[in-house]
Order: sequence, then structure tokens, then C-alpha cells
Amino acid sequence: MTITLAHYLTVAAILFTLGIFGIFLNRKNVIIILMSIELMLLAVNINLVAFSSHLGDLTGQVFSMFVLTVAAAEAAIGLAILVVYFRNRGSIAVEDINRLKG
Amino acid sequence: MILQALAFYLFAAVTIASGVMVIAARNPVHSVLFLILAFFNAAGLFVLMGAEFLAFILVIVYVGAVAVLFLFVVMMLDINFVELRQGFLQYLPVGALVGVILLVEMVFVIGAWVVSPEATGLLAAKAPALAQATNAEALGRILYTKYVYLFQASGLVLLVAMIAAIVLTLRARPGVRRQNIADQVARSRDASVEVKDVPVGKGV
Repeated sequence: MTITLAHYLTVAAILFTLGIFGIFLNRKNVIIILMSIELMLLAVNINLVAFSSHLGDLTGQVFSMFVLTVAAAEAAIGLAILVVYFRNRGSIAVEDINRLKG
Repeated sequence: MILQALAFYLFAAVTIASGVMVIAARNPVHSVLFLILAFFNAAGLFVLMGAEFLAFILVIVYVGAVAVLFLFVVMMLDINFVELRQGFLQYLPVGALVGVILLVEMVFVIGAWVVSPEATGLLAAKAPALAQATNAEALGRILYTKYVYLFQASGLVLLVAMIAAIVLTLRARPGVRRQNIADQVARSRDASVEVKDVPVGKGV
């Protein structure tokens, strides 16, 4: 009944798959796609911390902190672009985003 | 030990269940709230792994900032979300296929894999014993010494992100009357007061 590294890795693998699955399911809604990306980043963080605590090496946790920073920046810029896009076009459906096609 | 296992299964089950609800909920507001629940339970998993500081950071940064940002945007945009869900079932089979293949691959990798015995000799920053330093203290010791340049660089990333978000969303609306203090202060007497010579008995 002991919890090993493999347990945590399995949870992270399931979460990562859920993120990819979410991108496939909600192909029209950019907000849900961004949330799925957040789920995938969370899975990556769980992996990093699991290895860090299993090997007794703090570098994984430091790296996980940088991943968190970049994820926060990405979410902020992504949502800002989304708001500007909605202001200009009145829609956030992915298939409407084709203006650069000319 | 049994308590730890129970806590692990509780946190893991709730994390995965709320992950499913994030992508399957009809209402995006519910999706965001389930995302918050997933982050809270992932923080529980971090505590179980002995990474308390990252658990705090996860709750503060993700729940306190990122998820609330999502909530703001979802509530601010006036979107017909029902329309966006059309084709949900159409993409279900191919999405499920890709997801299952990926999951099976990852489970195979995890199942057939062991840590190399030499790995313990290659540690970059060995975690000190809990009696010597807490997790936050140990992290701070290497973050501000060995990784200080990366730390500064991540600060720059956040600064650029902040400026970008402000620049992107700032707009000057036409037709809104704002107070312009510089104009008010720079006003001279000649520009605002006119002296008229009114003839007696006639009026202006």
C-alpha cells in the first residue's frame, strides 16, 4: 500500500492525456483550450516534483517554479490576446481566426 | 503509511475527476471552478511529496491569479458558449483514440522503467535533511545562489508579460470625456474669460 514514484507518474500521465483530449474535444473554444494547456503544465509540474522528491534533488522543484512562472505569463498574454480579438471580431471561435489568410 | 496512501488516492482521484470536468463541463464558468479544484488537489499531492513551498505557490499563483484571470475573462466576454460546443461529439472518437494511445504509451514507459543506480551520484542539488532546513529554506538557498540568473530572467519574463497584457488591452475609447489635468492647469485667463463692453441701457 506504499505510494511510489510510479503512482505520481501515472496521475501526471492521466492529467496530461486529459489536457490533450480537452484540446481535441473543444476545438472551437479558445478558453477551454487554454485551460487544457494549464492542465498539461500542471501534469508536467507533478512529474518534476515527483522525480525531485524521489531522487532527493531540489533542482526539479526549482525548475517547476520556473515552469509556473512561464505558465502564468503565458496565461496572462493569451487571455489578453483573446480579449483584444473578441473586441475586434465579436467571436472567439477558432475557425473564425483566419484573417491572415488574406 | 496507510493514511498517506489514503490521502494520495483521495487527492489523485479528485484531481483527475475535476480534470475531466474541466474539459467536459457545459458552462465555462464551471470549467474554471473545476480547474481551481484540480489545482487545490494537486497542491495536496505536492504536500504529500514533501514540496510544501511549491504547494503554497501553486495555490497562490494558480488559484489566486491565473484561475481568477480565467474567471474574469469568461465572465467578461459575451459569448454564446452553446454554439461553440457544436461538434463536441463529432471530435469525441478521434480525440478518445489519440488520448488512449498516448496514455497506453506513457503507462508502458512508466511500467518498464527504473531509476539508474548511478543517478544518486549525479544529484545537482541534494535536498538537505528536514531537521537541517525546511523545504522553503533549502529551495531559497539554491534559488538565490546557483540559479540567481534564471531567477532574474523569470522576473523579466513576468515583467514583459505584464507590459504586454496592459499594452494589448489598453484602449482609448472615443466619446468618453476624461479629466485632463494638464489642460486644466495650462489654461490661461485670456483663453477662458472675455471682457465685453456693454452699452448702457441696451444689454449684451
